[in-house]
Amino acid sequence: MNPRPPGADLPEHPDHLWRDPEPGRSYDVVIVGGGGHGLATAHYLARNHGITDVAVLERGWLAGGNMARNTTIIRSNYLWDESAGIYEHALKLWEGLEEELDYPLLFSQRGVLNLAHSLQDVRDSVRRVEANRLNGVDAEWLDPQQVKEVCPIVEISPDVRYPVLGATYQPRAGIAKHDHVAWGLARSADAAGIDIVQNCEVTGIDVSGGRVTGVRTSRGTIAAGKVALCAAGHSSVLADMAGIPLPLQSHPLQALVSELLEPVHPTVVMSNAVHVYVSQAHKGELVMGAGIDAYTSYTQRGAFHIIERQMAAALELFPIFARAHVLRTWGGIVDVTPDASPIISLTPVKNLYLNCGWGTGGFKATPGAGWVYAHTIAHDTPHPLAAPFTLDRFTTGALVDEHGAAAVAH
Amino acid sequence: MLLIPCPWCGPRDEAEYTYGGQAHVPYPQDPASLPDEEWGRYLFHRANPKGPHAERWCHTAGCRRWFNAVRDTATNQLLAVYRAGEPRLAGGEANGRDLFA
Repeated sequence: MNPRPPGADLPEHPDHLWRDPEPGRSYDVVIVGGGGHGLATAHYLARNHGITDVAVLERGWLAGGNMARNTTIIRSNYLWDESAGIYEHALKLWEGLEEELDYPLLFSQRGVLNLAHSLQDVRDSVRRVEANRLNGVDAEWLDPQQVKEVCPIVEISPDVRYPVLGATYQPRAGIAKHDHVAWGLARSADAAGIDIVQNCEVTGIDVSGGRVTGVRTSRGTIAAGKVALCAAGHSSVLADMAGIPLPLQSHPLQALVSELLEPVHPTVVMSNAVHVYVSQAHKGELVMGAGIDAYTSYTQRGAFHIIERQMAAALELFPIFARAHVLRTWGGIVDVTPDASPIISLTPVKNLYLNCGWGTGGFKATPGAGWVYAHTIAHDTPHPLAAPFTLDRFTTGALVDEHGAAAVAH
Repeated sequence: MLLIPCPWCGPRDEAEYTYGGQAHVPYPQDPASLPDEEWGRYLFHRANPKGPHAERWCHTAGCRRWFNAVRDTATNQLLAVYRAGEPRLAGGEANGRDLFA
């Protein structure tokens, strides 16, 4: 019997880690969106580029959008070289981020299994493992017995509806505590003098002579030398204010947690074919994500039949979960691109920048996205790792198709 | 789960339907002559408004016919449904008329 209750080892919730400033009249850089990516961008603008006359404007509360709604999975086992570049850069930053921020993020490299359920899955997965290795990303192909050794609670019987034929395994993958990531980044940005302004909704983008000059907000007009959009599901709405059409579709994506349970699940398990991905949080909840709802929506809620289908699949994979209870479900809005890869880009409007399209998998990229986006903003030219992800690939056709590795069916 | 009124069958659960994306997107008349920007726009860009959105649905598990609907993406409320081939509705037409009557 373990005398310590689940969660006893977690740090206490902090008091105040950043100021709550009134928005100023003007800034060198205004970041629209105070989620993980916006805060990471602010952090790296200060740390890497010495740019601190910056405001992060957040419509609601800090990191209350997708940053609070995702399943916190971190990995870099994508197929293409371009993706390996940016996601592996992010993973390497994760590995030093607690020290960099001097803040506990509960980053736990417990590995991720991506299950294969069909012969085609197996072929694609083995190909991806080989591609990962060529790019210096740790990856292994495991047979069902090896899957069982890594995660004993996975059902590997051949008689189930979705038999496990094997899995890719990335040992350096893992999870982190999303709130702590946001708080650590916000504290760092604030300490550098950056204003984090909550309850400040951007209602318009001022453009003059093809150049951005500021934003209109629910708390007044703010002049800006540069404006960096970082608003995930609402990116289309914001870009539309500057007359820029984006190749995005905003869908609800749901996740859920069980009650607190004893530790039973040592790793992260994802399954493309059955639309479920599962880990066990530090406190003990099982955290599970579903597939997206088919239609576009900004409602931050999804349909229950999606959850029901996902639970049915999860029970096939993990019979031990049969008596767990769903404690809470929620939805976020994910901005999906045609090729399931992000957009980090300059725009047709001078000094207006774009970081969006991370779709169902933006959390894992948080530090990497912030790093390359800050560089892109500071130098007015794409960071080399972001260069393949500019907006013009939807004209040239140079897509980075990651539907296979994006894990959530689009 | 949405309750979607099929123009032929009446209100049925969302699970009976398949979503078909934005409605009224014509195939370009002469694709080969289009500049890359316009062809890219046809291939990759679809409306993503926060508000009324004209979209296609197929009553897959019912009459198996395609039709169009106007749905408010900020609330998921269905504002109008009409048969394929009929002119686009703005969504205000349902005012004073119960879609589900």
